[in-house]
Amino acid sequence: MNSDKRIENVTIFFCWSVAAIATMGSLFFSEVMKFQPCVLCWYQRIAMYPLIVLFAIGFFQTAKSTIYFTLPIAVIGWVTALYHNLLHYEIIPESASPCQMGVSCSTVYINWFGIITIPMLSLIAFTMITIALVFLNRSVTNEK
Amino acid sequence: MKNKLIVIISSIVVLVGLFFIGSKLYKSSEKSRIIGLTSDNSKIFYPDYSPVYGNKDAKVIITEFLDPECESCRMFYPKVKELLKMYAGKVKLVVRYATFHQNSVHAIKVLEATRKQNKYWESLSLLFQYQPAWANHHNPQPLLVFSYLPEVGVDIERLKRDMQDPEIDKIIAQDMKDLKKLNVRGTPSFFVNGLPLENFGMGYLYEAVSKEIKKHYK
Repeated sequence: MNSDKRIENVTIFFCWSVAAIATMGSLFFSEVMKFQPCVLCWYQRIAMYPLIVLFAIGFFQTAKSTIYFTLPIAVIGWVTALYHNLLHYEIIPESASPCQMGVSCSTVYINWFGIITIPMLSLIAFTMITIALVFLNRSVTNEK
Repeated sequence: MKNKLIVIISSIVVLVGLFFIGSKLYKSSEKSRIIGLTSDNSKIFYPDYSPVYGNKDAKVIITEFLDPECESCRMFYPKVKELLKMYAGKVKLVVRYATFHQNSVHAIKVLEATRKQNKYWESLSLLFQYQPAWANHHNPQPLLVFSYLPEVGVDIERLKRDMQDPEIDKIIAQDMKDLKKLNVRGTPSFFVNGLPLENFGMGYLYEAVSKEIKKHYK
């Protein structure tokens, strides 16, 4: 029982850390490095930023209720990030994208080691959170 | 419960701290990178082809990246002119372009073509003056500029011909290339004798210019 509680705490803290680092990173890109976020980045930010608050509160609540509130948001963010990556890597043509004036969603700002771009970082963050929550959900359900 | 609170709060403190340290480091590394560019390439702040306002022999050079369609550039422009007047003979302005808006390229082509008629500075002021009309966000009418320019004596027929000059495209392309090199992501962006401003703002521009004036004119 005690070790289950431990897994819950660690998982939720892990999710919170991912959300917090992703938020800080995205703010660093836009406010310090002055990269202008495109429309799709904003949608992903809308999903990511509240997760910090939700996971922080969830840390003090039951795992089950935390999953209920956060998993849908994480999935929405993940789908947006996936779509953004498909655009970014030109799997979906740019003309089909919702971006108009300002910054194009296929603008490449950073490219570390040839694969890590900003949309990729976002997808990685949402994937980590989603997978962690799904696993947590399983272990909580199995308990009963 | 209490332990959890400590964990969360200390994590926040660490992350926020890292954020600020990171931004300090980034800013200082950017600054030294740009200073490096100044020493091995003065052309980037003063290309041969760029329009220059003021005494050609002035020792203080303000390089401004501007976009005729940008509202902040419009607001800054009269103040930059004032600054140039204040230090007449000692400061010159070099205009480079950024094409951050929908009709920027069109407006820049118009401006560059007015140089052939020696009407550049009048035309630039005029485009800024009427910017709310021709560059209206909801209903941009870039062709309106042709109806304003005769006010300062520009021959529109000739202008339309001169706008086709492929040299103008080259200028725009070169400016955009250098802009990327300098990490200019907004307009107006100023460099005073190749140094970026401490921060964005007219006050910082005045400060940077007076510092350079003191250095070069004792």
